[in-house]
Amino acid sequence: MKQLSADIVLGILLVLTFTSLVLLAAGAPVFAAFQNIWLGSFGSSMKIGQVLNVCIPLIICSCGLLFTFRANLWNIGIEGQIIMGAIGGMAVLRMDSISNPTLLLPLAFIAAMVTGGLWGLLAGLLKTRGGVHEIFGGLGLNFVSQGFILWLIFGPWKRPGIASMSGTELLKHKLWLSTLPGWRIAIAGLVIAGIVFLLTWLLLEKSRLGLKLKAIGQNPRAALLYDISPEGYYLLSIALAGACAGMAGFLQITAVYHRLIPNISSGYGYLGLLLVMLAGYRIGPLPLLALFFAGLNVGAIQLPIVLQLDSALSGVIQGCCVLSALFILGLEKKRRQK
Amino acid sequence: MDVEFKHIGKRFGAVQALKDINLRAISGSIHGLIGENGAGKSTLMKILTGYQSRSEGAIFIDGSRVELKSPEEAADLGIGMLYQEPMDFPSLTVLDNFSLGCPPQSESHLRRSLLELSTRFAFHLVPEQMVELLTVGERQQIELLRLIHCKTRILILDEPTTGISPAQKEALFPVLKQLTEEGMTILLVSHKLEEVAALCNEVTVLRHGRITHHTKAPFHFPELLHAMFGSIPEHDDKEAPRDTGDVVLSFHTVEAEGERLGLHGCTLNVRAGEIIGLAGLDGAGQSTLLRLAAGLTFPEQGDVTLFGSVLPRNSSASHIAQRQQTAFLPADRLEEALFHDISLSEHFSLKEHNPPFLQSGKKSCRQAEKDIATFSIKGKAEDMAKDLSGGNQQRLLLALLDPESRLVLLENPTRGLDIRSGQWVWQYLRNELPPDTAILFSSPELDEILHYSNRILVFHDGEIVLDSDVHNTNHDAVAAAMTGVQ
Repeated sequence: MKQLSADIVLGILLVLTFTSLVLLAAGAPVFAAFQNIWLGSFGSSMKIGQVLNVCIPLIICSCGLLFTFRANLWNIGIEGQIIMGAIGGMAVLRMDSISNPTLLLPLAFIAAMVTGGLWGLLAGLLKTRGGVHEIFGGLGLNFVSQGFILWLIFGPWKRPGIASMSGTELLKHKLWLSTLPGWRIAIAGLVIAGIVFLLTWLLLEKSRLGLKLKAIGQNPRAALLYDISPEGYYLLSIALAGACAGMAGFLQITAVYHRLIPNISSGYGYLGLLLVMLAGYRIGPLPLLALFFAGLNVGAIQLPIVLQLDSALSGVIQGCCVLSALFILGLEKKRRQK
Repeated sequence: MDVEFKHIGKRFGAVQALKDINLRAISGSIHGLIGENGAGKSTLMKILTGYQSRSEGAIFIDGSRVELKSPEEAADLGIGMLYQEPMDFPSLTVLDNFSLGCPPQSESHLRRSLLELSTRFAFHLVPEQMVELLTVGERQQIELLRLIHCKTRILILDEPTTGISPAQKEALFPVLKQLTEEGMTILLVSHKLEEVAALCNEVTVLRHGRITHHTKAPFHFPELLHAMFGSIPEHDDKEAPRDTGDVVLSFHTVEAEGERLGLHGCTLNVRAGEIIGLAGLDGAGQSTLLRLAAGLTFPEQGDVTLFGSVLPRNSSASHIAQRQQTAFLPADRLEEALFHDISLSEHFSLKEHNPPFLQSGKKSCRQAEKDIATFSIKGKAEDMAKDLSGGNQQRLLLALLDPESRLVLLENPTRGLDIRSGQWVWQYLRNELPPDTAILFSSPELDEILHYSNRILVFHDGEIVLDSDVHNTNHDAVAAAMTGVQ
């Protein structure tokens, strides 16, 4: 435990040093930049709301990724799973035959989970049946889903008269998820993230499923001798991750954008991968890390306006975080080998 | 060039792999190096090729001391090795492979050298052909020509006839004789006594890292076998015979891939209550047979029948085998049967039948502690499997074994165990499991096989060459069958 906190302190120091060096090299005021990021993310209730809106899908995606990482799968396809979830949800919301939002929204939620899950399952089947590594399968499916969403936005689902990158027509107001008074955060989003987090913890840490996934992840050959078929659990874990991604996609359309936009996944899938790695594949540190990254993302938006810095800075900081984390994990591994 | 080893010793930590090796191979002769698996032959050859350092002693080439600190140094001195598995580049052409490791030369010059050499030794090699399309024997021929082309003067051959056809073998032997006539020194590492007898001028036998025998041609096989496997008095205290019952496992003309040579034409019936020892040199087919019976690998032809039903040729076979209470315990326990970073108590949970979906850590810990005490495993319920010693890993596997198992397949069950732990394993297998449980086990120790089994199967190059009741055979006959002596 002592070692862990020492590692975290070392990590923070590394990140701050790297970032300051980058800022200095860019000729920017270091302190002012950090201050702006802070103010831009946690400076007002509106900003905090924005941060939470990023935080929620990040947590949900990361939880899903814990399942695949536990089975030692690299679910790069999570981006595509978010997109397909959003599309599945949107397909239901566009149905004119049902007009009651209390029926339509839950239906859309389920549809998003199912399409996301199926998209994940597809990458899983490519692996177990076709021998395609899940990284390549997932990457390929990401391109396919990206193409599909663009086709929908510019084709069948385009706004009447104009097709544009700004997305489809806005949803009817009654299909927007209701928000906390005075905040722009959907209550349902918070609840879903909380439930997903708890369920993930329960399944991975307390249930037989978590134990089996851990066993398969560590030694699929040995798992066979315990009558555990790795293939079935690979499919299950990647479908679960896809379902989580689908939920994130649903929230993106019903709580944040209220329409389908080309960049509906906002890179949260990739960011989720980094987050889980940073958390050392544990669930505990996820909420705080998600908050931190969400803050960085939102806070860096105003850097170009205030300091004439490129908003890519938040990407640089994120990169530094990941590299430092990998460096520290590497150190830890080396220590253990001694 | 003459090679001389003087007082060579090699330690790996506390293990003495080689001790006081004195050996002299003279120019123009073939010197055989024989011994069972783990006798130290490979280690000795790795020291000569510079891949491994020695702990003690010195090596002399033509009377002058050499250091051999790296493979490059060994190659510069003209030491070359032909490996058992071809160490080539399958995606390159014959000519490309031939050119590697030598000083750069023009392609036409290389082609001429290759054709000249292959004509000289009557090999049929096409320079432009891709190596991946060739047989192991042909790849070996390229490698041999390459070594000759690179001015190798001391040639080490590691089991050169493994995996090559009889015709290629016929072609290889005269070449080796021709090379020695031209002054080459050849060291031949082999298990196969008949080859050694046909080729070698001298033979040195290694056993447990020491030289146990050295002799010149002609060779007397019983003498060599004794030096290889030790002379063991027949046991008077053989375990009591067991009653046998119905056929539980049968193989019908099974052909399968696996290990080096796979398994060929295997037909076999195993009855309830039998304890069958699988003897053979490493990779002769024993492990393939065990894995086929466990449903972990599938036959290409023929059927494996377990308790009356034929195992399917897909990944459900292992599940079906386990449903039939068949258990497999591999030799490499940590790599194949345990999970490094999973605790002992979680290992027990994984094996549990019909467990609750949500688990109580405390309850499974209590249960695990009971088993840990019963099997005297030195470890705690929350320890990780990787922290156990080899002997305790085996105890854990036996603790995880379903006590109602009807067929138990063990790959080298006493591997890495001291004598006491080994005896404990056998005491458990014979006395704690039901008497009608059939047990199949492989072991590199002939002694163990002769002592604990009722029936012995001897494997050689992927075939069962001897199937006998333990009372109708003896140590020397088994040893001879293992090494391919008819």
